[in-house]
Amino acid sequence: MEASLERKYNFDVVRWFTVMAVVYLVVGASVGVYIAAELAWPALNLDSPYLSFGRLRPLHTNAVIFAFGGCTLMATAFYTVQRTCGARLWSDKMAWFTFWGWNLVIVLAVITLPLGLTQSKEYAELEWPVDILIAVVWLSFTINFVMTIANRKSSHIYVSNWFFLGMMIMIVYLHVVNSLAIPVGLFKSYSIFSGVQDAMIQWWWGHNAVGFYLTAGFLGIMYYFVPKQAGRPIYSYRLSVIHFWALMFGYVWLGAHHLQYTALPDWTGSLGAAVSIAMIIPSWGGAVNGMMTLSGAWDRLRTDYVLRFLIIALAFYAMSTFEGPVMSLKTVNALSHYTDWTIGHVHSGALGWVAGISIGAIYHLMTRLYHTEMFSVRLINFHFWTATIGTVIYIVAMWVSGIMQGLMWRAYDEYGTLAYTFVESVDAMHPYYAMRAVGGAIFLLGAIVMLFNILMTVRKSLSEGSLSKARALPAAA
Amino acid sequence: MADNKTKPKSFQEWMEVNIWGLLIVTALVLSVGGLVEIVPLFYMKNTMEYHTYPEIVWDKAGAEPIVVVDEAGKEQWNWAAGEGMRPYTALELAGRDIYQREGCYLCHSQMIRPFRDERERYGHYSLASESMFDHPFQWGSKRTGPDLARVGGKYSDEWQRQHLRAPRSLVPESVMPGYPWLDENYLSGKKMQRHMRGMRTVGVPYSDADIEAAPALVDGKTEMDALVTYLQVLGTMVALDESKTYRE
Repeated sequence: MEASLERKYNFDVVRWFTVMAVVYLVVGASVGVYIAAELAWPALNLDSPYLSFGRLRPLHTNAVIFAFGGCTLMATAFYTVQRTCGARLWSDKMAWFTFWGWNLVIVLAVITLPLGLTQSKEYAELEWPVDILIAVVWLSFTINFVMTIANRKSSHIYVSNWFFLGMMIMIVYLHVVNSLAIPVGLFKSYSIFSGVQDAMIQWWWGHNAVGFYLTAGFLGIMYYFVPKQAGRPIYSYRLSVIHFWALMFGYVWLGAHHLQYTALPDWTGSLGAAVSIAMIIPSWGGAVNGMMTLSGAWDRLRTDYVLRFLIIALAFYAMSTFEGPVMSLKTVNALSHYTDWTIGHVHSGALGWVAGISIGAIYHLMTRLYHTEMFSVRLINFHFWTATIGTVIYIVAMWVSGIMQGLMWRAYDEYGTLAYTFVESVDAMHPYYAMRAVGGAIFLLGAIVMLFNILMTVRKSLSEGSLSKARALPAAA
Repeated sequence: MADNKTKPKSFQEWMEVNIWGLLIVTALVLSVGGLVEIVPLFYMKNTMEYHTYPEIVWDKAGAEPIVVVDEAGKEQWNWAAGEGMRPYTALELAGRDIYQREGCYLCHSQMIRPFRDERERYGHYSLASESMFDHPFQWGSKRTGPDLARVGGKYSDEWQRQHLRAPRSLVPESVMPGYPWLDENYLSGKKMQRHMRGMRTVGVPYSDADIEAAPALVDGKTEMDALVTYLQVLGTMVALDESKTYRE
């Protein structure tokens, strides 16, 4: 039944995005492990400008968010929209433009970031020519997606597509406003905003890159792939409606909680924190909605490794959407801000939730896109455990180091003077930085095994000729 | 197009069968939070302390050049430390460009919070006005290294140079990368003039004389000179009065 869809839908572009997503996962995680090691053993900076932490860190974040995350979103959005609308992509040419354009952006990032060409706004480091290219490619992605929905054969628009759509619109807002800058050279520009306004706009972008790109988009994935893999409908339609609208309205406000106790006016930070707390409800509603979809079929977790990835991702989603609001509270933020706790929080979301749901969706896609079984199911299981254990080691290391940093900085001795110099806190971090690098390396090992498994599956499909057989079948109605 | 045989029973269902409706409503809902939090910051007077305390900003900014180089090659300063916020000189701006390029903001904040320990470690809490000429802002989000908002004058120029070249030669526990290449690269006055004109376009009050003075200030200087000069001016522009409450 799957096979007859090859002619009806454009799966070629989905296949390319899917494989490239896994390639970029390995690349992004490798850079991450390297810079984690640099913090533990600074000699690894090798006194080279191109390998120095300050230049490679943006490469890591851009590679995992925009290269891996972006390719995953584009693969799954193009797949989901075709399957749920019963219609082929509106424009094949535009879809290929999106693919090559996005990969060009990634290549440009790999070249410009180590050269130190940066706007120095976190997660928006790429300079203005690349920013313009991103805007054009993103619009092509969005227009193609929306027009495919407009051409749909189904009557109602499926919930996954709402989330994808929300993400696409919000990223247009964020990217355009936050990147407004005056060029002073081919690869140098100054933001038109300064100081406190720039800070607010940056974290409006920064938090919503997380809230929309890495949450709404991946919830779109969750709402399609969890029910599909479980073979049951989503637990509650009503909960999805609440989840969607609350997320669209509320998430936008959260950026201000990154600036508690700074020179940003108090009202803004308090507003950000208040809405952050309220966001626990829709976030958990969404997590429950995903998990309860398994209600009555929990036993499948014993045998279905792909489902395991999807469900553990939801568990991490629930955990980080609880941790986030707690960290946005002023009293907690006073301790956690500027420390590794933030880094740990980001990675419980990024490795646990985003990577988890992506990996699950990609394994699900592989068998359907290549019309064959995975090369090795045991390797998926191996990947599951390395990803989970690696993530947990990473987060625990950052929790300990973050809280320790926060406490050391504010500690006083019996004479009422500061108990520690700053560098004593740096020294105390060493074992946890080493531990983090090990956790990251374990996660990376799993990603490499995944890439191997994926490439072997593609090879298997080619040697069996299952893809060409599927293509030869008459188109489905 | 969808075959809408039955009439939608609710607004929600209407959106679910009408992509353009869903698109517009979602776009509207998404715009609220950003508008409420960002737009007021541009016009609410209590955002910037200089509305209440005008002495935070140098009163001659834009009218007189900050520093010029006379025919004998000597720097003539119209501004002195503590006289208030002013744009960065060509050399300081060059240093700030390098600060951005090397990603210093990823490990160092420039935003002191109003806590007792931060006060003792770094000094008076930072004011919004102190980053009014920072396009983009450099507040940072992580302290792998210490805050730098008031690092100016804390160490000697020579200490800063040696520390940037080889951090562990001075601070053995440090995890900071070394930046030996800064000694080898020279600055360009022409380029800095372009950068200053760009800054002027986004609202930084540079006088023509400031821009003219750029080549005399930076030509022949290294990136190391520039970065150290930038670090040494951080936090020294405003003399904050302990008896005043700048922020509620």
